[in-house]
Amino acid sequence: MMVGGPSRAGAVSEKRPWTFYALGTLFVAYMAFLYGPMIVIYVLSFQGENGGVTFPMVGTSLTWFADIVKPGQMANIPVSFSRSVALASVVSLLTVVFSVAAGLGFRRRFPGSGVVFYLAVASLVMPSLLVGFGIGMGFQFLGLDTGLFTSALGAQLTWTLPFGMFAMFAVVNRFNRAWEEAAADLGASAFQRLRYITLPILLPGILGVAMGAFTLSYDEYARTTLTIGQNNTLPLEIYALISSATSPTLFAIGTLTTGGSFLVIAITLILVMRMQRRRNAAILKAG
Amino acid sequence: MDSRFDVELVSVSKRYGSTLAVDAISLRIPAASYCCLLGPSGCGKTTTLRMIAGHEAISSGDILIRGENVSDLAPIRRGTAMMFQSYALFPHLTCLDNVAFSLKMRGVGKAERHAKALEFLALVQMADFAQRLPAQLSGGQQQRVALARALIMRPKVLLLDEPLSALDPFLRIKVREELKRLQRELGITFIHVTHSQDEAMAMADMMVVMQDGHIRQAGSPREVFERPVSPFIARFIGSHNVLNGPDGLIAVRADRCRLGPAGDGPFVTGRVTAVEYQGAMVRVAMATDPGSEASALVPDREFYADPVAPGDPATLTWAEHDAHALMDA
Repeated sequence: MMVGGPSRAGAVSEKRPWTFYALGTLFVAYMAFLYGPMIVIYVLSFQGENGGVTFPMVGTSLTWFADIVKPGQMANIPVSFSRSVALASVVSLLTVVFSVAAGLGFRRRFPGSGVVFYLAVASLVMPSLLVGFGIGMGFQFLGLDTGLFTSALGAQLTWTLPFGMFAMFAVVNRFNRAWEEAAADLGASAFQRLRYITLPILLPGILGVAMGAFTLSYDEYARTTLTIGQNNTLPLEIYALISSATSPTLFAIGTLTTGGSFLVIAITLILVMRMQRRRNAAILKAG
Repeated sequence: MDSRFDVELVSVSKRYGSTLAVDAISLRIPAASYCCLLGPSGCGKTTTLRMIAGHEAISSGDILIRGENVSDLAPIRRGTAMMFQSYALFPHLTCLDNVAFSLKMRGVGKAERHAKALEFLALVQMADFAQRLPAQLSGGQQQRVALARALIMRPKVLLLDEPLSALDPFLRIKVREELKRLQRELGITFIHVTHSQDEAMAMADMMVVMQDGHIRQAGSPREVFERPVSPFIARFIGSHNVLNGPDGLIAVRADRCRLGPAGDGPFVTGRVTAVEYQGAMVRVAMATDPGSEASALVPDREFYADPVAPGDPATLTWAEHDAHALMDA
């Protein structure tokens, strides 16, 4: 028991300082700004048949979702969606191949490695519209047709490759070179080291780069718009719709694509967790 | 083919650009011996080990293993196996697959290589952990798995890079007994890199002390401890006083020094700076009047019969025959 103890003034208080509440409020406001508009769009996509693009809700319906697949104004949405997925898949694959190779290559500094590095990542800071414009002009100048898997693919790679490289550098940084040396010591050839040691250990990072590149490509607008040629990707199609007509169908498309993204993320997570569980099961069996 | 030596280094050098990491060292390690490469960090001991393993190219000189020149051979062709510092176990493979890795690379079938790997895990008492991942093992357990993974290659020479540095002090003493026992039972040469002179003295048949890319002294731990050749060696292996003798520097073991009145023998006066109780012995540190440091390791009973405290004047004495001359270095 404390008898005539020193005054507690200046001692550590259990009460939170006012700054905690100030910063907390700021954070809540930020979250509202970040997610508020999206939530509004998801809610409005269930607008009743006679409702408009703003509140109030006039009942609820799935009319606007049905509109997407109806022949008519929205006819291009499904096909542009499949174009976007196809392009994003190719972009993702190429980004993985090049950034893994670059990540492994840049572990050792070589003459000029700094210059090569900055040249490779400089396109991150170039104005995206100009990059697209330049590529479009270049194709025209050379008399080539712009297209999904030529000029648009190249334009998107100028965006996803530097990102992929940065991500791989971070992943490769945590890779212990002693693993490769140990594998060499145990008789693994260069190919065996890559196949059995390096790639499996880097796999989670590689999956991350693949997902990141897919997402960047899937909603890329500025670089794609001037290089795409005849056929629109999904973001371009949606943009065209926004400028021509407004109806809750646009919101329904937004809700669907968001749902699609979450589905992809969920599937990836389930796969990773299943991998984890299999490892744990192996441990339990042994224990 | 000369089979008296498991490993021979013939004037081996390693240059990085303009710096010499290892400077023309020569060494012969007798068959089936436990050899410790000892020295402060940056002395070239790990580079030497890595050159023997084949993970570092030799700038000049030759390395022979059981009489065969292996200087230009890949690691796998040398008959060496290496246990890496912090073990470098493959994090995505179970202990069993880690140990079986070298067999898999040689194309041995799954059933056969797993049976063999289990045998080697049993050799290091880790068979019960075969299905675990490295992250789920303690440091000591990881070390055993790494040992099994190296030994399954049936190496002529096992190379160990600071194998005990990741272990806590109690475990370290236990593991060094096990390593030494394993080396005796297998009858192969172990080359063990360490910066701890305790470890080297406890384990080595042959102790090689390195500094600045040179071998400063090589011999049995007893030879090195009894007759350090230079002030560096005397200070590095510890428990020695380096003092000014009549004909230059001399070394005297601290446990052969006593405090007390100067007699007929040699002595040096000074002031006590610290007293450390170490159980069986008490270490008395002194600043000598000529301006150097010295210490005496005095049996506890003797110390408490006539104790001193920091600040007291004291005289350090030793017998003439306990001192020996050092070469200048």
